[in-house]
Amino acid sequence: MKVFVNGESRELSGSPSLADLITQLELPATRIAVELNREVVRRNDWSGTMLHENDRVEIVHFVGGGAD
Amino acid sequence: MSSAVTAVSREEKLIVASHVFSSRLIIGTGKYRSHEEMRSAHNASGAEMVTVAVRRVPLDRSRESFLDYLNPALQILPNTAGCYTAEDSVRTARLAREALQTDLVKLEVIGDQTTLFPDNEQTLEAARVLVKEGFVVLPYFSDDLIMAKKLLDAGCAAIMPLAAPIGSGLGVQNPANLRIMREQLPDATIIVDAGVGTASDAAIAMELGADGVLMNTAIAEAKDPAKMATAMKLAIEAGRLAYLAGRMPKRLYASASSPLAGVIK
Repeated sequence: MKVFVNGESRELSGSPSLADLITQLELPATRIAVELNREVVRRNDWSGTMLHENDRVEIVHFVGGGAD
Repeated sequence: MSSAVTAVSREEKLIVASHVFSSRLIIGTGKYRSHEEMRSAHNASGAEMVTVAVRRVPLDRSRESFLDYLNPALQILPNTAGCYTAEDSVRTARLAREALQTDLVKLEVIGDQTTLFPDNEQTLEAARVLVKEGFVVLPYFSDDLIMAKKLLDAGCAAIMPLAAPIGSGLGVQNPANLRIMREQLPDATIIVDAGVGTASDAAIAMELGADGVLMNTAIAEAKDPAKMATAMKLAIEAGRLAYLAGRMPKRLYASASSPLAGVIK
């Protein structure tokens, strides 16, 4: 199954949840936020949210910045 | 707003919705040469709130959180830097709230890459959406009084007019407009955002009646950021005091300070 994570296409096997994807990417579960098809998915809903073909996932964190 | 907050006057503290700050300096976290340099500048500045940007997590490597390098006592103000549409800024704000559990957001919708001037129209549109969703919105906008009024009417907790282009260090290019904004909007929390280059610029912004100043590059790109952070802290205090003290009127001609009577002949 193909999904897009931060704009890059990735092949996933089986029917993974968002939580599975986060684990697979070895991302820290805190201080990140996740969007599925342009809607924020609350942390508590990650494990119950199943991914589908061509889903677009955005995973963000924080970086140094002031403006621009 | 809590009762504790309403008891504090805007004259004493910087007030942004229910958040009360003793320091009127808000600083950025970008462009520092090292995390250590950033941290010592933050400590020296006395700032209680710092702004951070929201970006995609790099997927090729798991990373420690940038937030771990910040003093945990600091209030984090996520920004929507890099957004060019109301829609993208709203999405970014929602993600930041989810990750940080804070309602505060520094709203930025940029209109042009060369000047980084804000798109006021898109900013207002985004502000309306975010206020409705319960965000405490601090919008960056150009120094236009009418836009300031619209942003306040939309429910923004504070307004953040620019003093010069972001990262330019040109200093306050619009003293008349900032002064008009202060005089016409006496109850608004006005935080000058962008353009400060050195301490005297920050003092001028405060003398014009700003409630606070937000800056990044002026400190981060100084040869000695911690020293510049201290200078900014003092300048903001000095400018604030001068504003409250009320400056003397300007005169075109001299006015002797010593009595004229009794001069020897």
